[in-house]
Amino acid sequence: MQETVLPAAGAPNSTLLYILIPLLPFLGFLINGLLNKRLSGTIAGVIGSATVLGSFLISAYLFSTFQYQYTVTLFDWISVGSMQIPFSYQIDQLSLIMLLLVTGVGFLIHVYSIGYMHHDENVGKYFSFLNLFVFSMLVLVLGANFVILFIGWEGVGLCSYLLIGFWNKHENFNNAAKKAFIINRVGDLGFLLGIFLIYLTFNSVQYGEVFQKASLAQFGPYTASICTAITLLLFVGAMGKSAQLPLYTWLPDAMAGPTPVSALIHAATMVTAGIYMVLRSNVLFTLSPTTLEVVGIVGLATAFFAATIGLAQNDIKKVLAYSTVSQLGYMFLALGVMGYTSSMFHVLTHAFFKALMFLGAGSVIHAMSNEQDMRRMGGLRKALPITFITFLIGCLAISGIPPFSGFFSKDEILSHVYEHNKLMWAIGLFTSFLTAFYMFRLLFLTFFGQFRGTEEQKHHLHESPASMTLPLIILAVLAAVGGFMGAPMILGKHYLADYLAPLFTYSQRINPAAFAAEVDHNTELMLIGASVAAGVLGIVLAYVQYVSRGVLPAEDEGQRSAPESLVYHKYYVDELYNALFVRPIMGLSRGLYRFVEQGIIDPIVNGFGRITLGGGQLLRYVQTGTTGMYLILMVVGIVLILALNLFRF
Amino acid sequence: MDQNIPEVIRTVPLQYYIYFATALFAIGVTGVLTRRNAIIIFMCIELMLNAVNILLTAFSAYRSDPNGQIFVFFIMAVAAAEVSVGLGIIVMIYRNFQNTDVNLLNRLKW
Repeated sequence: MQETVLPAAGAPNSTLLYILIPLLPFLGFLINGLLNKRLSGTIAGVIGSATVLGSFLISAYLFSTFQYQYTVTLFDWISVGSMQIPFSYQIDQLSLIMLLLVTGVGFLIHVYSIGYMHHDENVGKYFSFLNLFVFSMLVLVLGANFVILFIGWEGVGLCSYLLIGFWNKHENFNNAAKKAFIINRVGDLGFLLGIFLIYLTFNSVQYGEVFQKASLAQFGPYTASICTAITLLLFVGAMGKSAQLPLYTWLPDAMAGPTPVSALIHAATMVTAGIYMVLRSNVLFTLSPTTLEVVGIVGLATAFFAATIGLAQNDIKKVLAYSTVSQLGYMFLALGVMGYTSSMFHVLTHAFFKALMFLGAGSVIHAMSNEQDMRRMGGLRKALPITFITFLIGCLAISGIPPFSGFFSKDEILSHVYEHNKLMWAIGLFTSFLTAFYMFRLLFLTFFGQFRGTEEQKHHLHESPASMTLPLIILAVLAAVGGFMGAPMILGKHYLADYLAPLFTYSQRINPAAFAAEVDHNTELMLIGASVAAGVLGIVLAYVQYVSRGVLPAEDEGQRSAPESLVYHKYYVDELYNALFVRPIMGLSRGLYRFVEQGIIDPIVNGFGRITLGGGQLLRYVQTGTTGMYLILMVVGIVLILALNLFRF
Repeated sequence: MDQNIPEVIRTVPLQYYIYFATALFAIGVTGVLTRRNAIIIFMCIELMLNAVNILLTAFSAYRSDPNGQIFVFFIMAVAAAEVSVGLGIIVMIYRNFQNTDVNLLNRLKW
């Protein structure tokens, strides 16, 4: 699998191209960051977008000329004793697809941001952070070993923190940023321990070496248990980054950031880093069926749990956030049942339709003068026709209505789950029904019925500028037809599966059964029918509830039945975490501060200060200014030194 | 070694030179410590300096080693320079205070 061949000199794929892919956004970051206030907003946006477009074009070129997998070593990075970690890039099917995704969707969102952030005073800062994010994400997907992956991983985490707290004058937003950062630390600890264990076991962190050794099981006894430990630790990292139970609570709060940021970082790219990492190390995961089972169950639980919360949210971005958590759960569910390709497929389609919906929500918020509560919207269909149509396509895609992209990827995942376990399939199907329901609840509440905002907002309603609608249209087209790259067997060829197949050769050798299984056409048709029916049922129910009956969600103080209230308050998970972790830790810190810091350390440090000060007070009387006194002291000193030398005390 | 030392010098034992130089030095120190007039202090410093010079010369002669005496010439040259600087300072003190009492110079204190 691993052909570590450097491109021959003079070959079209010169090393410069690989360096340029992440370097261009980094340049954009430097320019926008250094000339922050001196650039006008539009120029900053154009620079930011152009650098990402450059990376996209190079990636597309590499994609079109790609022939075989190879690694490109840029320089020796860490070499301590026997540990050699080169700074190298891996060019293969997975990294190329991720490159196209990150730069392609990233570019559209950059363009969108030019319009969306037009009124903001810190556009330069915004674009420099956004470019830094793209840079980190590209390093993450290009790296040829776990350490570079980890660097990119932390880089995107940092940018996520910076951009969630972008409007740093609101304390709540800052708290949301901190929450995201701290919860991700929990996951990162697991990831880091996983990397250590990988190095300990395989004596290398290079992908090629690790996976080859793993596939040959050349790492001594306890093979299975070591693999389980490694993969569980890696999965903890993925849980944090990709917002899985129990570390998902940061993602809904992360909606405090500007909406394009939510689209880019918290829907399309960064949160899929966990899935990328699992896909990358699919060999290790295949070796450990226990971990796969855990991944599947966590994914399914997250998908279901987040979908139920999404039913009762009234903030347009919060609904999308929980829907993202839920869809990420689907992707992990697919990984858990070894539907690696379908997971990647869903990453791609989800990136299209979820970025589309976030940008659409951004367009709505823009038109509504920063109103995010769906109870204050309604009837926006006429005022925002382009946003409405594109949003509708996104909703149809995520609800799994053929022939939109989400249908294909979700159906594929569900059919993998069906082979694995019927009960899990049923829960997944029910979740799919919930998804359709809450997405169309959002659509109907926002775009149908009567306008429920203030007169001022109504007066101000307008379709967004072209820089915002154009990305919407492009993403809508992708969300509509993107599914055909992986049509089910009965409809045609699965291009994506064929393309990605080389990535899974080791896994296939380890567990041929999981890859050989193929559902017969009748079952496949039944599965398609079931998932379409679930989607349609969800849409119809939402229509009856919110359009025919015109029900409006209750106000915050309104009466709710017990289960409704439970869902509305997100199962009190935040409160639970507060009581379980935040408050004890805060209490401990406060105690330590009071007793250790103020009681022990401060007195010691201040004591030194006081001793010096007091000593100085005493000694200052020696300095009389009388020359005679100085001379006497000098002579006494000399005599003392002489006496000491003579008598050798 | 003793043969190399001329008879004239040998008539006075080395100890006498040491006693003499020590006495001279002690007088100098006492003067520096007790007197308040800057010029007297300065003269006493010269006494101390020359006590050392005598000692150097004596040792040099009794060891038949001319290095010590050469060193004394250097000290004298440097002392001449030092004297001119020192006197210059004293002249400045006098111009400022109309006096050369060192106890008037007690402003350098905290």
